[in-house]
Amino acid sequence: MSRIADVFGKLASARRKALIPFVTAGDPAAGGTVELMHALVGAGADVIELGVPFSDPMADGPVIQRASERALAEGVSLDDVLGFVTAFRKRDSTTPVVLMGYANPIEAMGTEAFAGRAQTAGVDGVLVVDYPPEESAEFAALVRRHGIDLIFLLAPTSTKERIDSVARLASGYVYYVSLTGVTGASHLDVGGVGAKLAAIRRSISLPLGVGFGIRDGESARAVGKVADAVIVGSRIIQEMEQGDPAAAAARAATLVRSIREALDRP
Amino acid sequence: MQMYDLPDSRGHFGPYGGVFVAETLVHALEELRAAYETARKDPAFVAELESELKHYVGRPSPVYHARRWSDLLGGAQIYLKREDLNHTGAHKINNTMGQAMVARRMGKRRVIAETGAGQHGVATATVAARYGMECVVYMGAEDIKRQAANVYRMKLLGASVVPVESGSRTLKDALNEAMRDWVTNVESTFYIIGTVAGPHPYPVMVRDFQAVIGRECVVQMPELAGRQPDAVIACVGGGSNAMGIFYPYIPHDDVRLIGVEAAGDGLATGHHAASLCAGRPGVLHGNRTYLLQDAHGQIVETHSISAGLDYPGVGPEHAWLKDSGRAEYVAVTDDDALKAFHDCCHREGIIPALESAHALAYAAQLAPSMARDRILLVNLSGRGDKDMHTVAEKSGIRF
Repeated sequence: MSRIADVFGKLASARRKALIPFVTAGDPAAGGTVELMHALVGAGADVIELGVPFSDPMADGPVIQRASERALAEGVSLDDVLGFVTAFRKRDSTTPVVLMGYANPIEAMGTEAFAGRAQTAGVDGVLVVDYPPEESAEFAALVRRHGIDLIFLLAPTSTKERIDSVARLASGYVYYVSLTGVTGASHLDVGGVGAKLAAIRRSISLPLGVGFGIRDGESARAVGKVADAVIVGSRIIQEMEQGDPAAAAARAATLVRSIREALDRP
Repeated sequence: MQMYDLPDSRGHFGPYGGVFVAETLVHALEELRAAYETARKDPAFVAELESELKHYVGRPSPVYHARRWSDLLGGAQIYLKREDLNHTGAHKINNTMGQAMVARRMGKRRVIAETGAGQHGVATATVAARYGMECVVYMGAEDIKRQAANVYRMKLLGASVVPVESGSRTLKDALNEAMRDWVTNVESTFYIIGTVAGPHPYPVMVRDFQAVIGRECVVQMPELAGRQPDAVIACVGGGSNAMGIFYPYIPHDDVRLIGVEAAGDGLATGHHAASLCAGRPGVLHGNRTYLLQDAHGQIVETHSISAGLDYPGVGPEHAWLKDSGRAEYVAVTDDDALKAFHDCCHREGIIPALESAHALAYAAQLAPSMARDRILLVNLSGRGDKDMHTVAEKSGIRF
């Protein structure tokens, strides 16, 4: 069983929701990413989504764009990101790590080479933002051979047909984007999310995570009532931006801990 | 050659093209694909577009025999397709007119666009004014500084121009930002992409709207020159004017198709924008195509004296035409393009856009090696009024 399935299995039996923070590898500093990952786990993260910086993050709002730019300024490449995961695995052999990014850095490394190296590094899942199911059948088969889950996005506008095509290829969990927009947007309609998740569950039995628009413990808690996992990204990066870079991991951990507590409150 | 029927139903030109976007955009692209399919088969749409192109844009644009320049070069005869004579001064309006009409059919009241030099932005602002639509144009902050006159033109036409401060603050970042706007406001908004790139159906839709250029040439050349040309030459940034003139000539096996990219300071310097000549395949802006990228797959900054060619990708159909051998792609430097710019001014009394000057430069290199009865057809895709400042600055002149 993959680490991702394992974690979701344990959480389900404990009737708890998964908390998945997203941070961009190399932000705010290349040297701090591994410590940041450990700090997130310490604060209650169940899975870590690690962003692979890209020069043209078309689906991201300004906060994650800035994070990507800072990481690129630090010279962080996909090679380095795999290095961070290898280093993280020396002290943590259980927390799943999902790489989230865009197709081009992966294709530049070569998809075969990437899948092999990601497996060796201890990566559990990959979400390629600009690989919709129609364009990723081969890639899905490739990463699966390397024991890696391919995570897909679904959106409020996804039709039944598209949900079914994701169902055929996805493993690990499915990431539901709570609104049409870019990462970091602010409005969140929990009722609408719940209705759509119910429709998705008719086709997909994998755990459903919800992201985009989750700002704090209360919005996480509301989403946690209808989803299996809550994904928080831009808000964590903002929190780190607002303080001294040396204190970034501590600030992120404080925020994640507060969300964890809200999520677990009976 | 075999019948050419690309792209396939999902927008693939061989391994290129496709729909490489986040799930949040897929539905909007599907709606657009369906709306465009219906429109292009509707005789009323086709007739209205033809009427607009004739009465508003000023089509057909003439083909002109550049006799004096050809004689001075002493070889092949150079003919110019005068897209510079269109309303707004370039080929860009052929496409913005078509897309704005699709937008109207879809009931969208707001159009957005990205622009580099400002030509596509101006062409979009123009049709938005023509149809009474709200218009927002995204433009890199660097480009806004370089193209102040076009920024003002867009504002005169009633558009808002939004400076883009992310990334390299140029065209590719403006495209990213326009995509972000679209995904956020998809209900009300139509995104008018300016070139044959982006996710399906944009490359095929923009090609179809620009193909009026080549269709006219296929009729005009026999009338004027007695036959089709030996080669068709066009500049390639994203590649819309080239695709527009190439496409109707693809089945004409004996007509060479030559795309001219921007070699900037020279391909060897790394300061250029020649994706097909010096790039390698990858995924950017919703399609797979040739890209200028570093070893890690990050998109690199490009350089060209011509802002309209300053783009790190290229339309996926060009990538396919290159690999299949049907078209050839070459690159000329800033200096060569500038020389052709001045030659065209002095010898023909036509001030070409710096983009088009790249195609002229290659024609001027090729012509002397060919017999006098050979024919080169060059797409003069735009006029050079917008480039006055750039050219003057290069000559050390300040207004």
